[in-house]
Amino acid sequence: MYVEKVRDIVAQHGRLSVQVGELANDSDLYSAGLTSLATVGLMLALEDGFEIEFPDSMLSRKTFGSIASLAAAVEELAGKTVSV
Amino acid sequence: MTVPQTAVASDFATLMAEIQRVGREIIEPASQDVDAAARFPREGIDALRDLQLLSAYVPEELGGMGLDIIQIGKICETLGHYCASTAMVFAMHQIQVACIVHHARGSLYFEDFLRQLIDKQFLIASATTELGVGGDLRSSLCAVEVEGDRFRLVKKAPVISYGAFADQILVTSRRAPDAASSDQVGVLVHKSDFELEPISSWDTLGFRGTCSSGFVLSSQGSTDQILPIPFDDVLSQTMHPFSHIVWSSLWLGIATDAVNRARAYVRAEARKNPQLPPASSMRLAETDIVLYGMRNNVHAMAADYARLLLENDPAAFRSFGFATRTNNLKLSSSTLVVDIVGRAMLICGISGYRNDSKFALGRHLRDAYGAALMVNNDRILGHNATMLLALKES
Repeated sequence: MYVEKVRDIVAQHGRLSVQVGELANDSDLYSAGLTSLATVGLMLALEDGFEIEFPDSMLSRKTFGSIASLAAAVEELAGKTVSV
Repeated sequence: MTVPQTAVASDFATLMAEIQRVGREIIEPASQDVDAAARFPREGIDALRDLQLLSAYVPEELGGMGLDIIQIGKICETLGHYCASTAMVFAMHQIQVACIVHHARGSLYFEDFLRQLIDKQFLIASATTELGVGGDLRSSLCAVEVEGDRFRLVKKAPVISYGAFADQILVTSRRAPDAASSDQVGVLVHKSDFELEPISSWDTLGFRGTCSSGFVLSSQGSTDQILPIPFDDVLSQTMHPFSHIVWSSLWLGIATDAVNRARAYVRAEARKNPQLPPASSMRLAETDIVLYGMRNNVHAMAADYARLLLENDPAAFRSFGFATRTNNLKLSSSTLVVDIVGRAMLICGISGYRNDSKFALGRHLRDAYGAALMVNNDRILGHNATMLLALKES
């Protein structure tokens, strides 16, 4: 349930150089044009969309590397166990 | 990435004494002409070549001096006392060397290059900014065009500091013609393989000797000359922190020399009337506080970076906390150098304002203003403003 909403938010706020529809869940977002500074807007939108807060320790390339890793992070922070 | 070993301290003290001698005897005497003519500080850079300092950061196991960032910073600071342009050329060269030392080990081509650097004391320039994207280092329009094991690369660079005097240029570009603007690599191109077509001159208020003119760079070479890891990693782990530390170090050198001139002026005043301390001595005492703070900032960040290099944790360099601290150093020291030189000028009065006085501070002040402008503080402040939105703790 998280992954589709994460996709929408990445499409709106990721400032990628490709269409999100062309990306698989495990595609590397940095190769698709995500920059370190763009992760901030993405993070704020995810925090707003899911009513969560990313701790500083999760502001890493590992978290923002793919749609799947973002969905997993959102799932962890939202404290729910739903398969993505 | 690989971290160079630290040279023996006593050797370093001897080396610093030699650098001070070269500073006094060669670099400072040339500084006025370098500034007046906006010319490359050839005698200073040649003197540093003679001391084998262009390979100072190459690890000892490859035959280099193996100096660390703290020592390279100290050299930049010392050079800043004598001629800021010479210090800046030296500092920028060291940044390029550090990128290769940290990120190209294991590459036969680059290891061989580093050995040649020791032997031939090459001077390496940098082409990062580009017409159309301005100063955004993380974005390129130009792209490496690979055919077989060869590449071609053309870049319209509004600034290539001392490009016309460099033996190599480290160029950022997109990895391939179909790559995203942020998908970048660093490419080392050689003088024999590049052409520079001038597109702008360099007639500025300060740092006149860096000769940071613009060029269309047309180059070719072997694909071995492409740094083996993405530029994003080179930037976060090396180019960004190393640059701000060596630049801040040389600005500290400018500020320290200005305060030294102010000290000499106040002493001369005090000798005229030993019973009553001159009013300027209070100004000097205040200025000393600011200089002390600036020096501590620079040295603390150099030590912080040296420690992180030893820990060798790439994620630590990529954290917003480290990036904002690095930017804070740049923002703070580039502002403080103007403040401190201005204070020194007020202390020396008309003697500091005159160009024909031993207390002259005009060049210091003009160079000092470049610190906030040559890499624009507004852009860096904007980056910090964005990153701070994400950070929950300082």
